[in-house]
Parts: sequence; structure tokens; C-alpha cells
Amino acid sequence: MIENVVTVKLPVGESLVICKNRHEPAAAGTKKLKRLCIVSGTHGDELEGQCVCYFLNRILKENPQHLNGIVDIYPALNPMGIDTIQRGFPGFDLDMNRIFPGSADGAPTEWVASRLMDEFAGADFAIDIHASNIFLREIPQVRVNITTADSLVRYAKMLDVDFVWVHQASTVLESTLAHSLNSIGVKTLVVEAGVGMRITVDYCQRLTNGILNLMKNEGMWTGPVRPVSAPIISLDRAVSFVNASVPGVFIPSVRHSDNVKRGEEFGTIVDPLTGEVRQKCVSEVDGLLFTLREYPIVNEGSLIARILQEASR
Amino acid sequence: MREELLYRMESAYREDFEIKAFHFGGTEKTLCIVGSLRGNEIQQLYIAGCLVKRFRKLEEEGRICRKHGLTVVPCGNPYSLNVRKRFWAMDNSDINRMFPGYDKGETTQRIAAGLFNKIQGYKYGVQLSSFYLPGDFVPHVRMMRTDYQDIGLAQLFGLPFAVLRKPIPFDTTTLNFNWQVWDTKAFSLYSRSTDRIDPQGAELAVSAVCRFLARMNVITDNVYGGYESTVLLEEELLTVKSQASGLFVPLVSSFTSVEKGQPLANIIDPLSGEIISQAVSPDVGIIFFAKDDSLVMENEILFKIVGKLHK
Repeated sequence: MIENVVTVKLPVGESLVICKNRHEPAAAGTKKLKRLCIVSGTHGDELEGQCVCYFLNRILKENPQHLNGIVDIYPALNPMGIDTIQRGFPGFDLDMNRIFPGSADGAPTEWVASRLMDEFAGADFAIDIHASNIFLREIPQVRVNITTADSLVRYAKMLDVDFVWVHQASTVLESTLAHSLNSIGVKTLVVEAGVGMRITVDYCQRLTNGILNLMKNEGMWTGPVRPVSAPIISLDRAVSFVNASVPGVFIPSVRHSDNVKRGEEFGTIVDPLTGEVRQKCVSEVDGLLFTLREYPIVNEGSLIARILQEASR
Repeated sequence: MREELLYRMESAYREDFEIKAFHFGGTEKTLCIVGSLRGNEIQQLYIAGCLVKRFRKLEEEGRICRKHGLTVVPCGNPYSLNVRKRFWAMDNSDINRMFPGYDKGETTQRIAAGLFNKIQGYKYGVQLSSFYLPGDFVPHVRMMRTDYQDIGLAQLFGLPFAVLRKPIPFDTTTLNFNWQVWDTKAFSLYSRSTDRIDPQGAELAVSAVCRFLARMNVITDNVYGGYESTVLLEEELLTVKSQASGLFVPLVSSFTSVEKGQPLANIIDPLSGEIISQAVSPDVGIIFFAKDDSLVMENEILFKIVGKLHK
């Protein structure tokens, strides 16, 4: 059933509407059902979640007999951003994923954030689907703050991703949706996969399968699930960052998600005016190239790659 | 006056990105002023330029005391100004959300680190700021409520109000917050406007900085006394929000005294021209913030009012 969960009137004859599609068993009776929220579209330029929401809505709609829990699917928390190809909430300065838990007395976006928190409160799980940005391509991964790793990594492993990145805590990240929901007891996993403004269908299919797998493990789904891959967990491994030390045009010489060796060149930054190679991008570790620059133009400092170091033998 | 290049970064398609500073007086790091960090902070850039002019005159007249040193960084983000973008044009990141910066990180983290490295160690820091909501403010000085703030110092600027803001996680990456954490007494100075030059507002800001410096015996300058600043906690301001969406026609401006029940603005249906909502004051007070955009959404902040206070 489709419901409007937040409505804000806009200046000229239109409303901003955030919708959800609720799936629940036809005859639940009085049994307390687990509830899962699938959340996407906080950043208007991250579209992989749109495909996942489509796949999941379709499967749940066509197979209601296998559903044994409540699944609320919110494809677009920032519908105006998606429609106008903007990462942020149009007309608002702050990143929507840096204003949670929001404020009832704040600006419209902060008010929307507070209404969304009310909406998600009480759910057992939430999966917040992001998709990198337009600059970087990511392998399917779940990002977990180290403060919540003990309780969340076991669920992250169920999502059919390649990698679970347990990252350090940071004060600024306390204003994300995931942190705010975890703080009120909604187990929330953040998924990053693919690249901004594009859809990577096979990643979306895998993540859909992973969500069904999590539901099956939690007794919310009795339908078929394909075997999921066992992700690499970053806990005991270092992540090596490669940033541009010069501006120019980045040209990769390997494929995203390749393994690279220490000292291996995986791309160059070139100057199209002089024809010179300005920087050879070289890995400092043996490892998995899980993030690779997609947008070619780089400033000094632009992130080129992240490499997950191989486990020490 | 001594000019210094604080930070330079090469670009593939543009001339180098440069942040310049102007130093006045002696070698002590007494006060640093940072002007525009965003590409639409035109008023802030204008005020910083006025301060350079004023400090140069003070220096020429020998009115900067002892070894006190004054530094002005008029513009921390010329690239965004030159392309009329508020934030860093490539990735829309905000330099003022990147402090203390990271010199091996992404572009705006590096800029923040490069700038912060050079403007640390000052006794006082003043950032000429703009707010994340478009609107007119009563000129005021703002400090973050950390363990290090000293609101008594903020009152020495002699602006109508000195405001304490309780930081939220997102504030911890601003220049003001990080200056305070690194032992600089940091103030954000808000003028009325942002993307348009308001000469009167700029004059008020320049006077406020000079008043502060004169009161701290850093300069000898005859500045009029200004206001005895009223101290406010930001969360105590009364908020008036829109009950409808449409065209926004304000009836009062910032720094106006209002009575309880006084109409503050009309919201007009753009298709019929009818008034569909009227914002009224919930109490007597002084308008502290007034929205200045002509379109309004439902639930938007229209006014912030200092309650129970008259001019």
C-alpha cells in the first residue's frame, strides 16, 4: 500500500511528497511482526537504490505468500533532489544526511528529517542505500561505524555484498540518518554500491537478494534466496587512500575491483595541453581496489582510489 | 602592510588558486580576520577589504600598539567567487565544513588545512560569516558554546546582540569551532546581508572590530561606544514559521520592535493573488532574523524574534 509519509506545500501549486510502499502479510492477526525499512534517495544524485526498490517492490508484490513481516520501502527521501539532479535538497545549504535527527523548529529540511525519524522509529531494521557520488565507483559494500560493529556486522554479512567496511567514529557522522536510527534502536546498515547518476543492474540484483536473505534469516521471508557471497570484513585490514597530488585528467589502466600489487601503476594523471604524464598513480599495498575514480577531471587532493590491504599472512 | 601568500594550489584549467593575507603592526599574533569562504559572501569580502584599508591607515599613523599584529584574509575561496558558486564548484563541498582540514585529504580538506595551519595561534579570531538560511540578521557576534567561549569578550564588539550557539555535530567542522578548540577566542560576525554589498552594514562591522581592538588596547582609535550588547542563547529565540506556501511579502524587517499579535508578513497565493496566511508575532520583541526570499514553503522559518525586549 502506498502512503504519503511527509508532505510539504511548495510555493506554486505543488507539494513535496515523500512516499512509502508498505508490504505486510494479508492475515497477520495480532502477531507482532518485525519491520524493515528500505531507505534511499537521500542524495539526489545516487540512483542505485531506485533499481533496488523497484526489484524489491516487484518481488514482494508478486509473492505475498512468502512475507512474514512488514517491509516499508521509501525510494526517495529527497524527491526534489532526484528530479532536479541535485545531490542536496534544492534551496537548502546543508547535506540532508548531516541534519538528522532533525528539528521540529528548524528549516523545512530539518523539519522533514524530524518527521522521518518519527516515521522510522520502532522499526527493527533499516537499510539506507547510497551509491557513492558521480566521482567514484564503489564495489557493493556495507559501511559500519566501529561503535556499532559488534551488533551490526553479522547483519551486514547477510546482504550479499563484497565488502564490509568498519570505519572509525567521527563527530560529524553523528548527524547521519544511520547514526540517528541506530541511536534509537533501529539496526541500520548503510550500503554503498556503484556510482552516482547511474544504475549498475547486477549490483542491484545482488543487493535485492541480500535484503531477502536478511529477511529470511530474521524470519520475515520464506521465499527463495540465492546463496550470498561472504564479504571481506575490513576490521583487521588497513585501507590505503590514493589522492591526486596534481590536477589534470585521470586515466585508469586497471578495472574497478581488480586486485593490485604494491608498486603497481593503476592509472595516470595527464595534462591534455602539454601531453605530459603529471602523476603515476601507484598502489602502496597489495590489495583490492574497491573504490576507483570514475569522473576523470581531478583537482589536487581529489580521491583517486581506495585499496583494501590484503590480510597479513 | 605586508602581503603573504598563505596557500597556493595548482589547477589544470585555471590560474593557481591562491589565498592571500595582509599583516599589519607587530609580530604578535593578536587578531586574525577571515572574510569570504563561500562564493556568494560578497558582503563579507567587502567588509574584509574595508578592514584592510582601515588597518593600513592605522598602521601608517602608528596607532597599532606595541607588538600587536593584525591579519586579514579577505578571501579564502576566490575560485567559487569567480564562478558565482557558493561552494567548491567541482564537488559542492563547503570549505567551512572541513576544518581543521587534512593536508593529505580531498581538495577542500587540503585548502582548509593549508589555511588553518597559517591562521592558528592568534589570540582572537573573527570570521565574517553567513548563515545557511537566506535572510537579514540584526548585526551580531556569535560564539559557539564550547568549554572555551568567553561571551564577555563578544560584548566588546558593541553590536546589538551577542549570541551563544550550542554546537551540533555538523558545527564541529567549522572554522569558528576549531579556532576555539585550538585556543583562539573565536567570534563569527554577522552583517545584515550576504550576496549584496550593504555599505552601512559594512561600516557597522568595521567599527565593531575596531571598537573591540581599541577596548583590548590593541589599537588607539576613537570609535563611538556602540551598543551594550544583549547576550542571547540561540535556542531562546522565538521562531515564526510559515503556515502556508506561496509568495512571501514581509511587513517588517530585522531590528524592528514588534508587539504581540502584530502582522509580520503576508503569504499570497501566487495564482489568485489572495492573502492566504498572515504571520503574526507571538510576543513583544525585536525581529532578530527575517527571511528575505520571495517564495515560501510550508513550515519555513520566517522570523526569529528576541522575545520580551524593546528597542
